[in-house]
Amino acid sequence: MSESESILRGHFRDMPQQRDASSLGMWVFLATEVMFFGGLFLTYTVNRAAYPAIFAQASRQLDVTLGATNTAVLICSSMTMAMAVYFSQKGKRTALVISLLLTMGLGLVFLTIKGMEYAEKFRHHLVPGYNFQYAPASAGPAQLYFSLYFGLTGLHALHMIIGLGILTAVLIEALRGRYTPEYSTPVELSGLYWHFVDIIWIYLFPLLYLIDLHR
Amino acid sequence: MSTAQTLTLPRKNYLNEGYGLKSWLLTTDHKRIALLYLVSITFFFFIGGFFAVLIRLNLLNPAGTLVSAETYNRLFTMHGITMVFFFLIPSIPAVLGNFLIPMMIGAKDLAFPRLNLLSWYIFVLGGLFTLYSQLAGGVDTGWTFYTPLSTIYSDSHVVAAALGIFITGFSSILTGLNFIVTIHTMRAPGMTWFRLPIFVWTHYATSIIFILGTPVIAVTLGMVALERVFHLGFFNPALGGDPVLFQHLFWFYSHPAVYIMILPGMGVVSEIIPTFARKRIFGYSFVAAASFGIAVIGFLVWGHHLFVSSQSAYAAMTFSFLSYLVAIPSAVKVFNWMGTLYKGSISYDTPMLYALGFIGLFVIGGLTGLFLASLGLDVHVHDTYFVIAHFHYIMVGGAVMAYLGGLHFWWPKISGRLYPEGLAKFAALVLFIGFNLTFFPQFVLGYMGMPRRYHSYPPEFQILNVMSTAGASILAVGYLLPMAYFIWSMRYGPIAASNPWPATGLEWQTSSPPPPENFEETPVVTWEAYDFNRPDIKALLAAQAAAASSQD
Repeated sequence: MSESESILRGHFRDMPQQRDASSLGMWVFLATEVMFFGGLFLTYTVNRAAYPAIFAQASRQLDVTLGATNTAVLICSSMTMAMAVYFSQKGKRTALVISLLLTMGLGLVFLTIKGMEYAEKFRHHLVPGYNFQYAPASAGPAQLYFSLYFGLTGLHALHMIIGLGILTAVLIEALRGRYTPEYSTPVELSGLYWHFVDIIWIYLFPLLYLIDLHR
Repeated sequence: MSTAQTLTLPRKNYLNEGYGLKSWLLTTDHKRIALLYLVSITFFFFIGGFFAVLIRLNLLNPAGTLVSAETYNRLFTMHGITMVFFFLIPSIPAVLGNFLIPMMIGAKDLAFPRLNLLSWYIFVLGGLFTLYSQLAGGVDTGWTFYTPLSTIYSDSHVVAAALGIFITGFSSILTGLNFIVTIHTMRAPGMTWFRLPIFVWTHYATSIIFILGTPVIAVTLGMVALERVFHLGFFNPALGGDPVLFQHLFWFYSHPAVYIMILPGMGVVSEIIPTFARKRIFGYSFVAAASFGIAVIGFLVWGHHLFVSSQSAYAAMTFSFLSYLVAIPSAVKVFNWMGTLYKGSISYDTPMLYALGFIGLFVIGGLTGLFLASLGLDVHVHDTYFVIAHFHYIMVGGAVMAYLGGLHFWWPKISGRLYPEGLAKFAALVLFIGFNLTFFPQFVLGYMGMPRRYHSYPPEFQILNVMSTAGASILAVGYLLPMAYFIWSMRYGPIAASNPWPATGLEWQTSSPPPPENFEETPVVTWEAYDFNRPDIKALLAAQAAAASSQD
């Protein structure tokens, strides 16, 4: 009981109030994030509707195997994150630490593969504003496609990096034994954030990689 | 005021809790953060005002000989950017909302006090980018950053200004997030949703726009900056992009941003009018719900900025219809304020003068908005001074009037002191006259066809332009006066009672200035909002009446 009192911040009445506030705060933040990505998704939608053939052709330049691998990696990381939340609520510290480490490891695998893909685009002169070269007839819209590819996946990767930072902080607190069945809000909320970032990727993968594969 | 001499300032309050610079810069007290915002936005207000003065001086003369056309472009751009993003949007929410919302709902602080301080630092950081862009030579795209002017042709400091707005957006988002969570989770026992002051309702609606609109402008200006630096083609038709898409994205935020400015003002007016009519607000639930009506419909009207931008006729008709629809919740509010005044026991204290001024000017601004929402007429007055006059009636006549009215109304609570009432009434009058003299001629100018954003004009428009500039100089006096006597009153003003008007909100139940934790003990609410029949309010009203009759 004394433990939970030290966790309670002075301006809250009790723990349930503090938990409600934190959790609602994260949900509201995620609503903002949806709109933040929304501007880019809208730009994608408008331009793909304008140039469906060139977008489909440009999507062939992406490596579907690497993209699919990354999708699988992220889905697994969502599972290990869900396990972390579960173990923190059950008060199993070792299992919590292992789940967090697994999640972070999978996140790093994702970023490494993403980095490999980016490097390939640099080699193939597909980086807008840096070395973009493409068939002259469709260069403009294809550059739009790759601008959106880098914009969307770059913003997503930035969110992954921030997520890894958050998980590092959570991991340190977990190692200190800060989380108990009475107090596991930070694990739950970073889990919400992590799942959100995964869901963004679940939209990005088909929109960027798969639009020409049904033919 | 014989009672004033017996009053003393509360021994321990949020102002004397600590004195060093550190006690302010590292504070997490929402009241102190509100004052940090007050100082910073006042700074930006005077910068924006400085640009306005130069604009008006240049327009004294039809040839516009004071500054070159290029300089003039930079002046109106920086006036717009500074006033919109660094004064109007944070004004009432970040200062009065920050200060009052926790007290109005009986909480010790906002839900996330450190996030609140962070949002102020983010605001300052964004402000520094904007200041840099101004000192380095300014921006000349207009505050709207239309592409491809902003992405290709402009040779001014677009990226720094866009980044400044991008960064400051996150300060708005965090403030909105904090308000929503606070209003949901931090209400005192007995403070049910329908006992909340209307001020809190309007800030909830405003916060929804902060949360859902601001990220869109952030990502849009981010794309503009990327396109400009890396020569991408999002909005460049030569590379397959679409400049009209920029206009859609920009106005998706920037039209609702108008409601960010006016909704909190409506909240302020909804507090002032019942207080000085000594009457419960008429149609409480309708006034509360109308805030959400405005916020929701306000998200669906942005296309009325694109009537002449190659938008399809069907889209234009839909946006025109939806724009008319916003008039309904706005009118609900105005008529309910009228209903509150009807048979009220009205006194004309300074805040009330501002509130009444707000109603009149907002009605003019709102009705001329209907002119602009109509497809045919808008083609005629689009991009003329008619538009300038319309939105200044909303933003200056509405939002700034409400902000100043709110500052006067809550000044005794904020500072613990009273401002000089006679001088304040005089300043309110000066402001009202100066404002109308500045902006009413612009309706006529616009209707006669004078376009906005030109540094010179045909000589037949000179008389109206001279009237407008004369009005602006009167308006400037009206702004400087309150600033002077507010600063004076912080040291020399008579000490204020905890509930000087009297008003019914919880914020008036605690001492002036409030203690750091707002209330000695958490209040328990057993009364409805604006209940002037409460025994303590009745006693204060009776004492006020007795003091008034003994003076006669």
